[in-house]
Amino acid sequence: MRKSSGLNWTRKDLLDLESLSKEEIELILSTAANFKEVSTREIKKVPALRGKTVVNLFYEPSTRTRVSFEIAAKRLSADVINIASEASSVKKGETLIDTGKNIEALRVDIIIMRHNYSGAAQVLARNLKASVVNAGDGWHEHPTQALLDMFTLKEKLGKIEGLNVSIIGDISHSRVARSNIWGLTKLGAKVTVCAPKMLIPPAIDKMGVLVTHDIEEALKNADAVNVLRMQFERDKENAFPSQLEYFKKFGITNERLKKAKKDIVVMHPGPINRGIEMSSNVADGANSVILEQVTNGIAIRMAVLFLVAQANDYVRKNK
Amino acid sequence: MKLLIKNGHVISPENNLDAALDVLIDGSKISKIGKNLKDNVDTTIDALGKIIMPGVVDMHVHLREPGREDKETVASGTLAAIHGGVTSVLPMANTLTCIDCVENVKLLKNIIAKTAKANVYLCAAITKSREGKEITNFTHLKKEGVIVISDDGASVDRDDVMLKALKKAKDCKMLVFCHSEDKFLSQGGVVNLGFTSTKMGLRGVSKESEYKRVQRDIELAEKVDAAIHITHVSCLESIEIIAKAKNRGVKVTADTAPHYFSLSEEDVWSYDANMKMNPPLRTKEDVAAIKEALKIGVIDAIASDHAPHTENEKEIEFERAEFGVIGLETILSASITYLVGQNILDMSTLVKKLCSSPAKILGIKKGVLDVGYDADIAIISKDKEWIAKKESFVSKSKNSAFLGKTLKGVVDYTILNGKIAYTNVNK
Repeated sequence: MRKSSGLNWTRKDLLDLESLSKEEIELILSTAANFKEVSTREIKKVPALRGKTVVNLFYEPSTRTRVSFEIAAKRLSADVINIASEASSVKKGETLIDTGKNIEALRVDIIIMRHNYSGAAQVLARNLKASVVNAGDGWHEHPTQALLDMFTLKEKLGKIEGLNVSIIGDISHSRVARSNIWGLTKLGAKVTVCAPKMLIPPAIDKMGVLVTHDIEEALKNADAVNVLRMQFERDKENAFPSQLEYFKKFGITNERLKKAKKDIVVMHPGPINRGIEMSSNVADGANSVILEQVTNGIAIRMAVLFLVAQANDYVRKNK
Repeated sequence: MKLLIKNGHVISPENNLDAALDVLIDGSKISKIGKNLKDNVDTTIDALGKIIMPGVVDMHVHLREPGREDKETVASGTLAAIHGGVTSVLPMANTLTCIDCVENVKLLKNIIAKTAKANVYLCAAITKSREGKEITNFTHLKKEGVIVISDDGASVDRDDVMLKALKKAKDCKMLVFCHSEDKFLSQGGVVNLGFTSTKMGLRGVSKESEYKRVQRDIELAEKVDAAIHITHVSCLESIEIIAKAKNRGVKVTADTAPHYFSLSEEDVWSYDANMKMNPPLRTKEDVAAIKEALKIGVIDAIASDHAPHTENEKEIEFERAEFGVIGLETILSASITYLVGQNILDMSTLVKKLCSSPAKILGIKKGVLDVGYDADIAIISKDKEWIAKKESFVSKSKNSAFLGKTLKGVVDYTILNGKIAYTNVNK
């Protein structure tokens, strides 16, 4: 497994899906497929990253992504340390690069970073020899989320190419949407984004997607729908309609799903606002793969950590 | 002291010089320009294969003194100027200690007198602390030698205040210099609004925030028939507005900076804060429009908007990084590379944009090589290439948008008031 899957991956970092080729994305997905089985064993561990140190550096509160990365690293036998911004020296005014270099000086191999500023992972990665894995940067990208979404889709529907995938919700402020758009379009899916006008960013069509403001339209031919979390608590610009209005116009309900394809796959990156972006019976219904996404997140993150560590080792040994 | 520059090619479009000529300098002035000049001189410069042009007049720079001497000082900024073939600069008033009263002008003049290595002209703020509320005392400022008033870095939001300033400036025969930006529209924006802001996940700066304010500034100036200068024009729509205003006789002039005709929004996609400026890098269509506007004369001048920032303010999260790039040491070569090198302008027209045109706008007797003019001269190897690196720059700050780029045009000598102020030639 190790030799066959790692050879075509040369990047020390995973920062975004925009810069990845179709082949690189497929390599992550196939590597993850191999790793998925590990989590079903009685002893859920392989020695792939034994002796490696992984730091979760989180500048934004996050539970599920951080825990998912932590479990992934631990199932690969890496040592994991979590740093949350509250506990770090960020508040003492240390720059991002200084923080990164200090972590690197502790002989850390991989830094997994969540940051509230778009592009922060890029800045960190180009200043460090350690690997950097982007766990979400501002509104920019959240590559492992999109990868696990695609992994789940592929598992359910057998392929990505030719699928109609609709992404519903606040596209403007969503890193999940951006990563999904890049990843899905590279693998040949047709992507439609659907949101109120205020939540569609300008020139999004240049990213290769169709735009609609009509939920019926978005659901009509969709093989899958990825429903984003509406972050009302962060809406400082008053761009959002009221919660009730949003649910009425864009909420995914069983009634709306009746008009869609019978086997439509319903995804959500979590945590769900039940009764806002989707009704409870949809979230828990037969079309929902939301918990499978969570399970698959471990396999994807194991694959990503494994590939970047291997590429970084290769660079260091051969320089 | 006499200095003779021999065997070079003199370019001075204002008096139609574009030929192999010698230049004789006596004291601080040019005393003769002609063929095969001979005189008993102290120094002779052999300019064989080189261009002899007026020193660049850079009408938009930030020297950061007084207040942010860690970024730049009058001394380091003017040293950067002469390294770049720039002999006259106009530093903006938005220093930490705002140049908005006679006392602060005196303070700045004192620093200039003691430390400047190039000609430094004076610009003061339109409004106190550049807050856009109360206009400064133009009459008194003028007496202290201020020639331009500008709230650069900000625009005067209130129409009534701007109108008052334009009236007063006209009375005092001072030029109002406009950083045209509607902050209500651009608030929080860091890159061009559109595909770039969308894909990068950043707030965008719309073109409306620039051109609507250009339109307003021009309309107010027109109303009171005052002279107005629009600085760092970055987009097509602003150019169209300026062109129309010029056609109906408004006293409007405009400049752009080298990064607006050499780089576009795509250069910012790597989140390199050295590509972060205000206004932001725009689309390729805008870049083409800027070039065309330089060609047909809608844009009169090129200015660097030299904006030094420390590395700690630049190599950080993109949104937190300061706006602006240094430019004094690249204004000439970037202009040669991207305008002359791409056949947009000929060398003579470029000299006009860099030297005589800004001098005319500022109303100063500079930017021309002619008898009786100050001997402020740049001698350059137009086609010689160099690679811009952090080590290339003498400015205190290294935040250049051209790092790693190969540029054409090397400054061999800069002569200031008849003396060799800078040379890279071993004597």
